[in-house]
Amino acid sequence: MKTVKHGTYFWQGSEACAEAAILAGCRFFAGYPITPASEIAENLAKRLPQVGGIPIQMEDEIASIGAVIGASWAGAKAMTATSGPGFSLMQENIGYAFMTETPCVIVDVQRAGPSTGQATKCAQGDVMQARWGTHGDYSAMVLSPNSPQEMFTLTMRAFNLAEKYRTPVILLSDEVVAHMREKVAVPPVEKIEIINRKKPKADEKAFFGLVEVPPMPAVGEGFKVAVTGSTHDEYGIRFTSDPKVHRRLVERLNNKIQNHIEEIADLESYNVEDCKIGVVSYGCTSRAVYEAVENAEAQGVKTGYVRLKTLWPFPEKTIKKLAEKAEKIIVPEMNLRQIFYEVERAAEGKAKVIPINKIGGGELITPEEIMHKILEEAKKGDG
Amino acid sequence: MAEKFSVKKYLRDLKLPFCPGCGAFAVMDAFLKAVYELGYEDLSRFVFCSGIGCASWIPSPYFMADSIHTPHGRSIPVATGVKLLKPDLNVVVFGGDGDIAGIGLSHFIHAARRNLDILVIMVNNMVYGMTGGQVAPTTPLKAKTTTTPYGSFEYPLDMAKLAAAAGANYVARWTTAHPNQLKEAIKKAIQTKGFRFIEAVSQCPTAYGRRAGFKNAGEMIKWFRENAIPLWQAEKLDEDSLAQKIVVGEFVERKRPTLVEAVYRIIEEAQKTEEN
Repeated sequence: MKTVKHGTYFWQGSEACAEAAILAGCRFFAGYPITPASEIAENLAKRLPQVGGIPIQMEDEIASIGAVIGASWAGAKAMTATSGPGFSLMQENIGYAFMTETPCVIVDVQRAGPSTGQATKCAQGDVMQARWGTHGDYSAMVLSPNSPQEMFTLTMRAFNLAEKYRTPVILLSDEVVAHMREKVAVPPVEKIEIINRKKPKADEKAFFGLVEVPPMPAVGEGFKVAVTGSTHDEYGIRFTSDPKVHRRLVERLNNKIQNHIEEIADLESYNVEDCKIGVVSYGCTSRAVYEAVENAEAQGVKTGYVRLKTLWPFPEKTIKKLAEKAEKIIVPEMNLRQIFYEVERAAEGKAKVIPINKIGGGELITPEEIMHKILEEAKKGDG
Repeated sequence: MAEKFSVKKYLRDLKLPFCPGCGAFAVMDAFLKAVYELGYEDLSRFVFCSGIGCASWIPSPYFMADSIHTPHGRSIPVATGVKLLKPDLNVVVFGGDGDIAGIGLSHFIHAARRNLDILVIMVNNMVYGMTGGQVAPTTPLKAKTTTTPYGSFEYPLDMAKLAAAAGANYVARWTTAHPNQLKEAIKKAIQTKGFRFIEAVSQCPTAYGRRAGFKNAGEMIKWFRENAIPLWQAEKLDEDSLAQKIVVGEFVERKRPTLVEAVYRIIEEAQKTEEN
């Protein structure tokens, strides 16, 4: 078993993530032990050497993502995996990866915070950190799987997006999705799309601009590439006092993501065209929505849902469309309101947005709780 | 070596950013001379990683080479990724004492422990120069800086001893008053495998010297020359007599197996096991 073969497997989410990374071409992993993400490191520690790749455990999460960035500039697809406390430490280098256009994948298996919180318990409290965790003006690309199958498909997608847009991509998983075991279908090789970064031609010199996503050389290839997290021109040379150079760089870095929301934002939806109550959810919580919606419909309430597979960039247009049809939108999440405000903003007052929040002890929001809220709100009417 | 040595052939056509009298010029010169004397016509077989601070600007972007200018203190982790993926390239880290001995210290110790195959050149000017002269982990006891106006009340860290204890294969310390020894140490370090550390004690007349009582760069270099003592002499002195001295020389020279060797052996074995 060099890379995993076409077939169906009974995998833990973390295992699916590790196998997908290898299949996507990842050949370097650096990480630091943390619950509930350590299984990804353990799987890759065993599997990467078998395919000629390198796993290494670093001294902390700062070093882990640093090594990943170095590996990426050495031409490799590279990944790290962590949870909340480690994700906080990585923010500095996430900003650096964004500023230097370094493709890489960061997996955050969410647990209950703030701080050490409840290390083994599921939560969805890192949604805003994934969007705004580092300093300065930047745009994040964040994917949200809700099953081991999606730990597989979205890990592959994370690598493809990172390579295509030359930017760090965050796979925002959670304890439940990463630890549960389910069937995972691995498609045949010919059906798998693998995107690799655009390489420069021999005479090219602009690796940091002129086009939306510039080509990326590796070190040692003779391009004499100058990489810096300071404001730099199209050729990588520092310009730390020219306002025009800064605007040109930072606006392009943001626009290359914001101008492609339609392509990047991925979601699953049901009945959004014809529902009275809509539900917007993601990650582990979204698993309860299917049953809740089915049961609410069985009781005569026209219900629909949007399940976000991409949290950032946020699919405003889709939510706006839902708000135009639905009277009310329910947003269940395992935090004290994070995507809720984003949905409310996108709804522009066209639908009333109602939160369901639960934190602590890894207790999930149940299908019954969501269904009762749907029925209750349907009964209340517009008020 | 028909052509005469000139730093220019290794540099981009940019104005260097250092203050007049800065020790970075001497360290840059020693490094490029070492490279030249080893027969490298250009820097295409080198990758430079550096963090934040004046010394980090020595390679980035001035060297005509691949250079990665990382966040403060993070040059060694980035160099770890580069070296593991590109074992055939010479990976060299330049940094100041704030970058390497302050914010990046943990990475430094662990890279030495792993015997990662990189050369770290720490330009120790005993102060945070770029930010205006604050106390550093290397500032001598009682020295006046902007954040220790009454004199520093902390002991400085001996980075050469630390590197040797942590497991480096080669460790040397020289000063900008010893340009030839510094150059020779760099040559030896480039030719050695494993983790190599060179501390270049260097003058910062702008942010350190003028508050510490030196009139100019020349006075600081004179101070280095007069207070430097070789390792073998230092071994005979007690701690108090050593407090004002700069111990110079080669601290360690050994051939412990390196990280790159170990990692690639594991990959080879894992692939063999898979085939059987």
